[in-house]
Amino acid sequence: MKTFKIGGVHPEENKLSAAEPIRLAPLPQVAVLPVSQHIGAPAKPVVDKGDKVKVGQVIAEAGGFVSAPVHSSVSGTVLKIDSVIDASGYAKPAVFIQVEGDEWEESIDRSEQLVRLEELPGLTGKDIVAKIQSAGIVGMGGACFPTHVKLSPPPGSKIEWIIINAVECEPYLTADHRLMLEHADEILVGVSLLMRAVDVNKAFVAIENNKPDAIELMTQKARIYPGIEVVPLQVKYPQGGEKQLIDAVVNRQVPAPPALPASVGAVIQNVGTAFAVYQAVMKDKPLFERVVTVTGKSLARPSNLLVRMGTPMSQLIDECGGLPENTGKIIGGGPMMGKALLNVEVPICKGSSGVLIMDEKEARRSRPNPCIRCGKCVAACPMGLEPYLLADGAAHEMWDMLEANAVTSCIECGSCQFTCPSHRPLLDYVRMGKSTVTGIIKSRT
Amino acid sequence: MANQLIVSLSPHVHGGDSVQRNMYGVVVALIPALLCSFYFFGIGAVLVTAVSVVSCLFIEWAVNRYLLKNPVLTIADGSAVVTGLLLAFNLPSNIPLWMVVVGALFAIGVVKMTFGGLGCNLFNPALAARAFMLISFPVEMTTWPVAGHSFAVYADAQTGATPLAVMKDAIKTGDTSMLDKLPSAFDMLVGSTGGCMGEVCALALLLGLVYMLVRRIITWHIPVSIIATVFVVTGVMHQLNPVFASPVLEVLSGGLMLGAVFMATDYVTSPMTPKGQLIYGVAIGLLTVVIRTFGAYPEGMSFAILIMNAFTPVINSYCKPKRFGSVEGSAK
Repeated sequence: MKTFKIGGVHPEENKLSAAEPIRLAPLPQVAVLPVSQHIGAPAKPVVDKGDKVKVGQVIAEAGGFVSAPVHSSVSGTVLKIDSVIDASGYAKPAVFIQVEGDEWEESIDRSEQLVRLEELPGLTGKDIVAKIQSAGIVGMGGACFPTHVKLSPPPGSKIEWIIINAVECEPYLTADHRLMLEHADEILVGVSLLMRAVDVNKAFVAIENNKPDAIELMTQKARIYPGIEVVPLQVKYPQGGEKQLIDAVVNRQVPAPPALPASVGAVIQNVGTAFAVYQAVMKDKPLFERVVTVTGKSLARPSNLLVRMGTPMSQLIDECGGLPENTGKIIGGGPMMGKALLNVEVPICKGSSGVLIMDEKEARRSRPNPCIRCGKCVAACPMGLEPYLLADGAAHEMWDMLEANAVTSCIECGSCQFTCPSHRPLLDYVRMGKSTVTGIIKSRT
Repeated sequence: MANQLIVSLSPHVHGGDSVQRNMYGVVVALIPALLCSFYFFGIGAVLVTAVSVVSCLFIEWAVNRYLLKNPVLTIADGSAVVTGLLLAFNLPSNIPLWMVVVGALFAIGVVKMTFGGLGCNLFNPALAARAFMLISFPVEMTTWPVAGHSFAVYADAQTGATPLAVMKDAIKTGDTSMLDKLPSAFDMLVGSTGGCMGEVCALALLLGLVYMLVRRIITWHIPVSIIATVFVVTGVMHQLNPVFASPVLEVLSGGLMLGAVFMATDYVTSPMTPKGQLIYGVAIGLLTVVIRTFGAYPEGMSFAILIMNAFTPVINSYCKPKRFGSVEGSAK
């Protein structure tokens, strides 16, 4: 079975909520919508205090090409524009909306009926990209890169394939898995739209084989969609990394940064993004809600919830049985790459794939021991780096050495630290080294 | 509540591996060979092992507590136990016990703790101590009790020549018939021969190797490259001139198995990448054959490993792992 070639680890999967159907989360009382839910320029608010808004209405316009608009996820009155601490841990400007009822924009098609690509023969690639852009769609796996930018590859690169990332390699998370089981056709129409947008006739849907039901269903459904092939992959972390996924599926390796996946002919989109693309293009529904896995061993009822953006995480936790007494850490995303949150009031944003509760024992790191030079971090690194060397070099501020040893190639997957028998905080140091060296390289030009 | 949350960077989970798991894994892998040494060398082997392990633990504890003033109890990590066992494995079972204590003092006190303790030493502590003892106590270190003949006696055990000494004599005199004195390959495989207490039973050592491979404590690269190199080189030599012993006997004799499986694979003093480990293993194999054939000592394994320990930092800086994106199949 296919997988990527270098390194990788296999964390305990802990997919506690895999059998839980997606449920609707209750509407929040106040929705908090940060204007920067994506990589790139923050969106510019176009509403003021006291304005009435409907579900799906633009409340902030894109701040440039690499940016995305933000739509209201609720109907009600704008309370204020103020700052809020989001999942990144930084305070960011956000629109606060007092929820009143649930009135949607009339243009949104709320029917469940599937609209196939054949029903809209005149739809061009440009139309699709334009709709994706105006719907505010960003990469929903967590990176939040604006999707329309990814679909506009730099001139000179020839795109051959769309690869749909449905591996969900992070432990605990099951949102993508449930989405495939419950909305397979919508996703496949979305993939067809993405194929038309970049004018390719081949797409791969990559699913790890710990989801055999999703592989079977998607394979069976994909038969009537020309050019879409489901590719089962061996379970290995970090297979959801763009470079690892391309290597696994089409056996090509993206060169070191600043090269993009487009340089080897691939565009990667998350499976949740493909679903959002379907809704945006076929149903005129902008991106204002998403599936979020709320999970953890100590949580009473791990679940997959369909959540409006801006809902505070505390409300989702209450929906799943409430915050356990002994909670030590709350993570936005999965345990390998997710971010520890500062408080439970952080709002769900476009990139929030999960909320993970850890008890105090799980949350604490072990005391680090000296490096025993076992080389297990080197064997685990999916980028072929030497984490022990990079961590040591960063601790001693040896920036030239770090640059020569390709620290900027690090994808921060954490496989090294996960593997380290001495429990050393390798990635903490490598991150610090990477950001310093990136800064030094930038300052040269 | 909000103030009590732990905020740290990812990853938030750990695979559960630990230094202890690896070190005590090595101890478990050493058990078959340890039992064999008790069986063949009796009470002497038990005494030497006990003194060696206890001395290593005590010296590390004392240096850590009184010289380094480190409050952390480092002897719990298991590395001193491994050093103690390996040191005992490298000694004849009838050696005076005070010499064992001196060896432990050198291994832990000088080779390991002087450089900063676990992870910082340049040379394998047990091997460096063996080399030190070989120079300091040349007679006691090369008087080998005969396996199975000295179960209840310690100091006055019957002694005899090791297979390697026989091979050396054959090379020196050029008399092929001397090789007839060698024990059979089967005796050498099970350990019914003279030598250091832990090195005689190749079968028990191989059992330890399989255990360590299965538990992923080490990879195959170092042991396989050493054994294969010695086998191939001595095989060619044997074909060219029968005064050189057969490759099967060469591989089974002396400290080769012990060195290839347990000494050369020491994490701290061996290279980090598979490529580096192969270079290291092949070099150890070649050096061993060269020393066994041309050197003053009959045994070359320990010196070969110590020499390559010194090259490990150089190997690490030249043998980089294959970077992602630098291999074929990358950008057109």
